[in-house]
Amino acid sequence: MTDLQAARPASPGASGAGPASGGAGSRRMRRAGAYAGLLPFLLYVTVFLLLPTLLVAVGAFQDDQGAPSLSNVAAVVTEQAFIDAFVRSIQLSVVTALAGAVLGGLLAWAVASGSAEGQLRHVVVAASGVLAQFGGVMLAFAFLATFGINGLVTLVASDWLGLDPQSGSIWVYGMTGLAVVYTYFQLPLMLIVFLPAIEGLRQEWYDGSASLGGNSWSFWRHVGGPILAPSFLGAVLLLFANAFSAYATAAALISQGSPIVTLQIRSALTSEVILGQANVGKALALGMIVIVSIVMALYALVQRRASRWVR
Amino acid sequence: MRIGHRLVVGVAALAVVVAACGGGSTSSDAAKTAKSAADLGGMDKLVELAKAEGKLNVIALPPDWANYGQMIDDFSKKYGIEVNSILPDANSQEEIDNAKNTQGTDRAPDVFDLGANVALANTDVFTPYKVEAWGDIPDNIKEPTGLWFGDYAGFTSIGCDVGKVALPATVADLLKPEYKGMIALNGDPTTAAAGFHGVVMAALANGGSADDIAPGVEFFKQLNDAGNLLPVDPTPATIASGQTPCVIDWEYNNAAQTDALAGQIDWQVVIPSDAPPVASYYIQAINKDAPHPAAARLWEEYLYTAEGQNTWLKGYARPILLDKMIAGGTVDQAALDALAPAEGTPVVLTQDQLKAAQDYLKANWNITIAAG
Amino acid sequence: MSAVSSPQRRRRYGRTATRTAILLAIGGYFLVPLFAMLEFSTRGKGGTRTPDAWLAIADDPNLVEAILNTLGIAALTVLGMLLLLVPTMAWVMLRVPRMRRVVEFLCVLPLAIPAIVLVVGIAPVYRVLNGLFGGSILTLAFVDVILVLPFAYRAIDGGLRSVDVVTLSDAARSLGASWPRVMGQIIVPNIRGGILSASVLAVALVLGEFTISSLLSYDTLQVVINLLGKRNAFTSVAVSLAALIFGFVLLYVIARFAPGSQVRGRAAEEGE
Repeated sequence: MTDLQAARPASPGASGAGPASGGAGSRRMRRAGAYAGLLPFLLYVTVFLLLPTLLVAVGAFQDDQGAPSLSNVAAVVTEQAFIDAFVRSIQLSVVTALAGAVLGGLLAWAVASGSAEGQLRHVVVAASGVLAQFGGVMLAFAFLATFGINGLVTLVASDWLGLDPQSGSIWVYGMTGLAVVYTYFQLPLMLIVFLPAIEGLRQEWYDGSASLGGNSWSFWRHVGGPILAPSFLGAVLLLFANAFSAYATAAALISQGSPIVTLQIRSALTSEVILGQANVGKALALGMIVIVSIVMALYALVQRRASRWVR
Repeated sequence: MRIGHRLVVGVAALAVVVAACGGGSTSSDAAKTAKSAADLGGMDKLVELAKAEGKLNVIALPPDWANYGQMIDDFSKKYGIEVNSILPDANSQEEIDNAKNTQGTDRAPDVFDLGANVALANTDVFTPYKVEAWGDIPDNIKEPTGLWFGDYAGFTSIGCDVGKVALPATVADLLKPEYKGMIALNGDPTTAAAGFHGVVMAALANGGSADDIAPGVEFFKQLNDAGNLLPVDPTPATIASGQTPCVIDWEYNNAAQTDALAGQIDWQVVIPSDAPPVASYYIQAINKDAPHPAAARLWEEYLYTAEGQNTWLKGYARPILLDKMIAGGTVDQAALDALAPAEGTPVVLTQDQLKAAQDYLKANWNITIAAG
Repeated sequence: MSAVSSPQRRRRYGRTATRTAILLAIGGYFLVPLFAMLEFSTRGKGGTRTPDAWLAIADDPNLVEAILNTLGIAALTVLGMLLLLVPTMAWVMLRVPRMRRVVEFLCVLPLAIPAIVLVVGIAPVYRVLNGLFGGSILTLAFVDVILVLPFAYRAIDGGLRSVDVVTLSDAARSLGASWPRVMGQIIVPNIRGGILSASVLAVALVLGEFTISSLLSYDTLQVVINLLGKRNAFTSVAVSLAALIFGFVLLYVIARFAPGSQVRGRAAEEGE
């Protein structure tokens, strides 16, 4: 989208000119006016997001008494426990983002290929909205009640398939279990943000592709896929960030050992056993922001390529 | 017309601002600085001031923790004061953080129930007050000016669903194969006091001491490697649903589950015999910026009456005035008899021992128990 | 296309069998844990079934107030989010495309910061807000708008991309329409799907938001539910399931009866 857009201002009428267009000075003022339109958003975000972020970032560079110190940041990048936690968090987020995106995308397609005002769409949208925010202690409980040692599925599997409940459910209590339970809120999230994009695919495009001799597969490969790619990538990014910053469910399922970054942060900020670690928590949070920024930069690079075919 | 209109709007806005700045508390300044009931003119005056305030904010008091549910109900009924229970799941550090986050509002907590560790590190948040029973509180568990004072203690215990697995008699029993996938520790030892003292108990049972908890960490490593340790956070729901058949936690928490699940699950509690009982006192303190200072002080007074102390005893906690009450005959004998038997002299870690143990845990726990 | 007059179009690039299989599989995956919660919450003594845990929900006096407050916060959050995001995103797409990456980054940033850390930074801001608004619980809408930004941005972005906003607005402008008119009558009607998704996400987020409300000591729905659940293990599961059902019904009503959700098909029909 950016390439063509950048070319546009050269053509008349596209730089937002109204009936009265002036010379260079007036165009500069119009551009300033254009940026001014972003002011409400930027002000709001500054007060409620950037300011708190700044406070946290400043805290990351202070020691427990408030004096400037690099020890927290140094600890975050050198201590093995923290590095391992970051690696695990990133792995978990990537895996659940992709799993959620693919499965959620499929579900979105299944729903979108029904009628637009049908009850199914409303039911699925409502259910997805609720389940996308379902997490924490209750989700962990529901998950254990299904797949845990005494869980419904485990018991059924042991009755019908002869699976040993002890060993057959041990995966639930580690990172694998965490990945599976995370899809529980990743998938609905994917559905709800991707559905508008999939519904934007026009029937005519499919008909056009069919009339040129293409089948379903070639439609998706040459038309549907490229058009949806930017939205899909954006959704993957969202899912990644969502998994990366989640902790309530993990805290309930893996209460021992703080294997992921958000649990480390929680421990540092709220431990009643090891005190004075609050600023280490802030340094870890700063690390999270850095990682998300890097991922966003990568996403921007891929996005540019993926948007070639979309205006 | 227009000027009058603007004037009305201006006055209304001003009124809103003034009302907003005024805040919501109706506390009397005398109560804010009173260091004892005598300062206010006696208990009756304190009760009067507290009733005038009408509200009390408590924090981190789950209803099934040392019978706080009944404590809150009884206090509320006796004095007609509405008790607002904030953040029942919070731990001690979160209590202090909440006080800082809500400072100056009428939602701030009035009183704290904290672990010793956090209390000692945050005395600048408290205001001194000596309850009428002050003299009866042992000297080593109170601050001389009244900034904080001990309230109750519990022993670290093991609770099990005996319908699923036999109750272990010792810590060493936990390593047996029949406990595979069954044992949960209440909280990460680097984060929660209950979990921390579970490691201390394991250390004492395996040749360690109050100064050396390395054997405890090693024990939990073995437990984890054997597959007996569940990383799940035990809650009443996980216990009731059978997801955590055995829990290492304070005696008062485990015993409360026995009562709660009577008829559905036979949950029994034991204080293991291969280690001296591990105890930790919790600490009461009053927020110096309490929005309801008189009610806060009345709550403290209530906790240290025989009625309050026995309510804790009924919750299977060991209240600080227990010995005095036994000697004075005011103890609730049935509740006393219901406590799990414990032999040996209780071990309470000193501040230095706590610090050494924390440092060891910080360096070793995560690596030992890292999730697969 | 104009020959099709019924508002219900069946998109033919899907296959019914695959559709059904996917819907069933994924539907099952979600329903089984919820069923497990239902099963647990109706367990009685000695293996019986009892609705006691569910009936206990009605005993709580704070619940109704919490529901009303949370709905109020949700309404304000949706309003704030739409007022903040829709004009801004449209503006960026039409007038300052260079700022798109910046706006996108700002809208993803809230997810980079876990709620417990955000509270540390936002507590001072809320102390000022407390002074201005007297500690009203509705001030939570301010921070909830921030929390919903990542999700709402993505939903509205999906909607904006599926419509050629630039050409449409150019056409409208060349016919003499003012910017507000372009926003209100050209852009918004065409991104109804995205707006609806974003609103649903916002309401769901507010209904499910627990961490910041509890850390700032406000009694929202989730906070009261958590407190209610403390009394009894079975009640805690029952009340969580009840909250899910409540949220589902509310969102269904919004999705079904939101303005435009029934018009969209027909407008797309006539537009072709």
